[in-house]
Amino acid sequence: MKFSIQVNEGPYQHQATDSAYQFTKAALEKGHEIFRVFFYHDGVNNGTKLTTPPQDDRNIVNRWSELAEKHDLDMVVCVAAAQRRGIVDEGEMQRNGKDAENIAPGFRISGLGQLIEAAVQADRLVVFGD
Amino acid sequence: MSEDIKKFMYVNRRAPHGTIYAWESLEVVLIGAAFDQDVSVAFFDDGVYQLLKNQDTSDIETKNFSPTYAALGDYDVTKLYVEQESLEERGLTIDDLMDLKWEDEDEDWAEKDSIRVVSRAELSSVLDQQDVIFSF
Repeated sequence: MKFSIQVNEGPYQHQATDSAYQFTKAALEKGHEIFRVFFYHDGVNNGTKLTTPPQDDRNIVNRWSELAEKHDLDMVVCVAAAQRRGIVDEGEMQRNGKDAENIAPGFRISGLGQLIEAAVQADRLVVFGD
Repeated sequence: MSEDIKKFMYVNRRAPHGTIYAWESLEVVLIGAAFDQDVSVAFFDDGVYQLLKNQDTSDIETKNFSPTYAALGDYDVTKLYVEQESLEERGLTIDDLMDLKWEDEDEDWAEKDSIRVVSRAELSSVLDQQDVIFSF
């Protein structure tokens, strides 16, 4: 089956992001296709490489990046939600006159149309949040 | 893009202020309107407060985005389901909500109500008919 995943909550604050990761990983391991993982609301905070959790805890951001690299996952951070919360890639840095970027490997910033397209293209959209 | 049209429903269960979910949900509905899907929006639980008229956020210094709901009709988002029980549980009636309209081009642009108050059971069956449910 072809899934799209929507993540509505931030890492560490809420289990939704862990559940989304576990679901995505399990689906891929079972041979399903993940069309896209879309990060919205505070979910965009899954995409900052500046995250530094204690060493004895899971690294949620790196975990996504590794999964993306292994499975060629498309992980999209909503641009409007990202701009509000300070998630910045090279393009956004230049466009908005910032002096830094913080997007983690495997993530890309794009528009909400990517979420709609993900829902259109997939057999199932699975939303993780409250 | 795929040619087929899906039934999309955006589900709103939270109060308009206090968290950003309602506002960012509305942004998705507006963007999604460009994709020519069969779109409807549901409001239940505290989500019914999103459609209250005369919202004023000046004292909490947040954006009052409630006037944007009136634009939904122009985006061909014309089916706004509001759950009767959620209204009643909060002491609200449809008269407390914004008078949202859309113009039906098939009927000489007749103005029609966008809000449909439905029972919990009816809403349940509408949810059941959807291909995609966006939950905020």
